[in-house]
Amino acid sequence: MDLDLSFYNWALFTSYLQKGLIFSFQLTVIATVGGIIVGTVLALMRLSGKPWLVIPATIYVNTMRSIPLLMVILWFFLLIPLMIGKPIGVNLSAIITFIAFEAAFFSEIVRAGIQSIPRGQVYAGQALGMSYAQNMRLVVLPQAFRNMIPVFMTQTIILFQDTSLVYAIGAYDLLKGFEIAGKNFGRPIETYLLAAVTYFLICFTLSRIVRRIQQKVAIIR
Amino acid sequence: MTLDWSVFCKDTLTGEAAPRCFSFLFGMDPNADPTYLDWLFTAWAWTLSVAGLSLVLALLMGVTIGTLRTLQPTNFLNKGLAFLGTVWVELFRNIPLLVQVFLWYHVMPAFFPVMKLFPSYLLVSIALGLFTSARIAEQVRAGIQSLPSGQRNAAIALGMTTTQSYRYVILPMGLRIIIPPLTSECMNLVKNSSVAFAVSVPELTLFAMQAQEETSRGIEIYLAVTGLYVISAFSVNRIMAWIEKKSRVPGFIAPSASGSH
Repeated sequence: MDLDLSFYNWALFTSYLQKGLIFSFQLTVIATVGGIIVGTVLALMRLSGKPWLVIPATIYVNTMRSIPLLMVILWFFLLIPLMIGKPIGVNLSAIITFIAFEAAFFSEIVRAGIQSIPRGQVYAGQALGMSYAQNMRLVVLPQAFRNMIPVFMTQTIILFQDTSLVYAIGAYDLLKGFEIAGKNFGRPIETYLLAAVTYFLICFTLSRIVRRIQQKVAIIR
Repeated sequence: MTLDWSVFCKDTLTGEAAPRCFSFLFGMDPNADPTYLDWLFTAWAWTLSVAGLSLVLALLMGVTIGTLRTLQPTNFLNKGLAFLGTVWVELFRNIPLLVQVFLWYHVMPAFFPVMKLFPSYLLVSIALGLFTSARIAEQVRAGIQSLPSGQRNAAIALGMTTTQSYRYVILPMGLRIIIPPLTSECMNLVKNSSVAFAVSVPELTLFAMQAQEETSRGIEIYLAVTGLYVISAFSVNRIMAWIEKKSRVPGFIAPSASGSH
């Protein structure tokens, strides 16, 4: 088996991979930010103690967590056009799906983070006359988010790997870029190998950075 | 909009309503064309087979690699084995599952021609099994490291060799501790088996995509497929809960200690 990597040059990157890499990163960043925002709302709903907020949030989170991401991608791609009455692009569909899916996972992280804050902090806030919203915004969430940063980042790395699943609806992500390049040059084996190496380098570097940050946050606590 | 479940009683070849919804499976009507219901259950069987095969591989490799990473760095061999475990975990954890599936399906057979004889479900099972083994290895390592160091020292004091101390002291305790995280990893494995669609294993996700296109009754098809995934994952959850209950050593491990401040 001879590998021929001669086609692997800067032109290949700009013509095939750049577009996919940008979309993969875009999807990761938008889904992380959107997922954390929606996830925090879901977590606050579940911790509110009011049944009309707790029950829908719990059902939503547990449903999302028990379905394969691939099926969620297919569901949204099928349902969104039915609901709004016109087709939407694969990219927009993927972005909406990932925000909705990751929100369930981030909400569990946020919930655990909030619950890890000692009760005394909440009581102290209440003793100072803070409302529930003030207590959350000024006392609980700032501390909880600080503790959650490493877990958030780990989840983001998993999210970046999961973006490759948009393959199912044919969105042009990093993996798709490699695949199309492989087809056009007739060298699929080399491009799949390069795809693996690229993903590995990105994820491995990020996970090393997360480990660094984890140690720093741990010292401050 | 209304749901039309009769789509599952349709013949997959002609698209007409079949006389029996279950014509093909269970040999009720072996000469009839399969209906979508037959196809759905065959697909479910593929999903469970791929998940089952991967699970065996993932548990075997996960426990082995996880154990290697906890070896005491007392000699050159132990250090080497622990390093091998680290490489294994980092390699299989940092490449997306779908890319790993393509590696096993497209790339490995080019290097090892004998693998060209392997059916695609086997290659997917290897990919999914090794991907999951890295995660299980991390859990096994964490479980073993959470044991008090006195356990290992006691085993050494009793004159046990390294193998004996793992076999009789460390692993029986460590593996019991990790059953809860292992449960969710096993459920993940069932869900992750959906990537097998990418190399045309006729499992549930591929069924969902193809049947949706053929019948245009996507919602009914997806609901059925999603339901079967949920049932599968929940069954795994119950089986693991049963194993946890059966394997509990009275007095050693507190039954799900409630973490309160």
